[in-house]
Amino acid sequence: MNESPKIEDIEAKPDNAIIKIIDLHKWFGDFHVLKDINLEVKPQERIVVCGPSGSGKSTMIRCINRLEEHQRGQIIVDGVELSNNLKNIEKIREEVGMVFQHFNLFPHLTILENLTLGPIWVKKVPRHEAEELAMYYLEKVQIAEQAKKFPGQLSGGQQQRVAIARSLCMKPKVMLFDEPTSALDPEMVKEVLDVMISLAHEGMTMIVVTHEMGFAKSVAHRVMFMDEGRIVETNTPDNFFDHPEHERTQLFLSQILH
Amino acid sequence: MAVIIHTEEHVNLKPPTSTTGIIGWVRANLCNTWYNSLFSLLIIYILWQVMAPFINWALINANWTSSGAECHQSGGACWSIIHANIRFILFGFYPPPEQWRPLTAMIILFSLLIASRNRNWWSKNLLYTWLAGLIIMGLLMKGGLFGLTSIESDQWGGLPLTLMLSVFGLAAAYPLGVALALGRQSRLPVIKSLTVIYIEMIRGVPLISLLFMSAIIFPLFLPEGITINKILRAQVAIIMFTAAYVAEVVRGGLQAMPKGQYEAADSLGLNYFQTMRLIILPQALKIVIPPTVSVLISAFKDTSLVVIIALYDVLKTTQSTLSNPQWMGFSTEAYLFVGMIYFVCCYFMSTWSRRLEIELHTGR
Repeated sequence: MNESPKIEDIEAKPDNAIIKIIDLHKWFGDFHVLKDINLEVKPQERIVVCGPSGSGKSTMIRCINRLEEHQRGQIIVDGVELSNNLKNIEKIREEVGMVFQHFNLFPHLTILENLTLGPIWVKKVPRHEAEELAMYYLEKVQIAEQAKKFPGQLSGGQQQRVAIARSLCMKPKVMLFDEPTSALDPEMVKEVLDVMISLAHEGMTMIVVTHEMGFAKSVAHRVMFMDEGRIVETNTPDNFFDHPEHERTQLFLSQILH
Repeated sequence: MAVIIHTEEHVNLKPPTSTTGIIGWVRANLCNTWYNSLFSLLIIYILWQVMAPFINWALINANWTSSGAECHQSGGACWSIIHANIRFILFGFYPPPEQWRPLTAMIILFSLLIASRNRNWWSKNLLYTWLAGLIIMGLLMKGGLFGLTSIESDQWGGLPLTLMLSVFGLAAAYPLGVALALGRQSRLPVIKSLTVIYIEMIRGVPLISLLFMSAIIFPLFLPEGITINKILRAQVAIIMFTAAYVAEVVRGGLQAMPKGQYEAADSLGLNYFQTMRLIILPQALKIVIPPTVSVLISAFKDTSLVVIIALYDVLKTTQSTLSNPQWMGFSTEAYLFVGMIYFVCCYFMSTWSRRLEIELHTGR
């Protein structure tokens, strides 16, 4: 990895925010799960979101590509506002890639077909081009030799790398990661994190919900701590881990960094 | 603790003879415990008691060529009832000189079905072959063109009628059922409630009453002078009935799909129809192959209910044979024969579905 630039050197671009969340509220029935969320993400910025379970961190990133519907406030992705307008939702989903905790590969399709599905059907890329693209990204997550296999024949770590490659095939501007390593056996966490780190090297805009604090320290521009549906604290990784401002953050960190 | 060292000669040892071959099989499956040995003996004894007289009757003492009168003298089975009446059993009232036409049509149908068994052959060409085959079959049955005498559909009967009602019934009911299942899952309240009403109404009514309605009540609502073919009406009733059952089975499959599959499809930007066609239905329909085939098999057998609206399907033609004084009393033989026909068709469906399941298995 010596030839690539150090991650710290890749700064977020000072341009306009690629994701803007303004005064976001969401309820599940009577339960107020997101309260007054405000967030701006600049191109190439990498944000790690952490917090106790039930704090709304997954829900927040799922709102960004409308897997969850918000009830108040605004979410603007690359200049397009999320509303009930289906065209807008489709446009945003094309530009926002998502990686799930449980991979969610399509088990009835081969690895290659999993990757080409989006480009062929959504972007109308010709099949052979889509396959080249897919092989390029499979190469990149170092799993090209498995292209003809089915997801069920791969290990968890391999499946998650395929899932990342599947998202990348859509050439997204932003990648969302929803606890990408929590469902993995411990020895497979590193191979997935390595892929994510190399994505960071290439300047991908990333929002990552994770408890991998090592990853947060080395890769994130900002670390966000959420609790009870609110953003409690946003800070640089150094400050976040060494001098957390809020008592709640300190408590959380003391519990996970034993 | 003793150290175990594997030496070469342990690697390629054959299993002991007592666990392989016929003796091994008998030991493992029939006599593995004292009470299983006892059960095995008991069952063999019962089988002997039941099967020996049956074989005696059906094969050893059977009459294969004698006339009905001679049959009545002997105690064995009278298989001559089958070949003496085979034309009527298979083709009903279809005029005998023209019976090569339904026969050809059935051969075409079977060839197409067998060709369609192999999934590797599924292609546009097969579809065109099916279309061509259907047109030829229709032409053969109906006639009126190319010098073929026209045969009205009230003369159709026997096996071609049974096969027609079931093959088209099942082929049309399956996609309709899938559409209904999707409708029932729909977020649009109008579509959802219409499909729920349809499914619950149809499932709440016996097929016989649907057939009666199609035969007797439905024509009352048609404007004067317009008639719709009786077979077609029965066909539609069968399709509507089967589709409701298929819909509920498919809905089960749809509900078994993890939410993550929808989310993954959504996050790739696939729209509703793409998600259903490419992601959800291929998996959901695969899960429900066994119950779907059960529904289809029972629908196939239910086509025999068309007798109550005076259509002569293969069961009815067989039964009619028995009212001939010469052959009266040989119902066992006749029903065994027609039972074999049903069994062969159902067994075909069931083996094909098992093969399909194996082929579609992708390791999860």
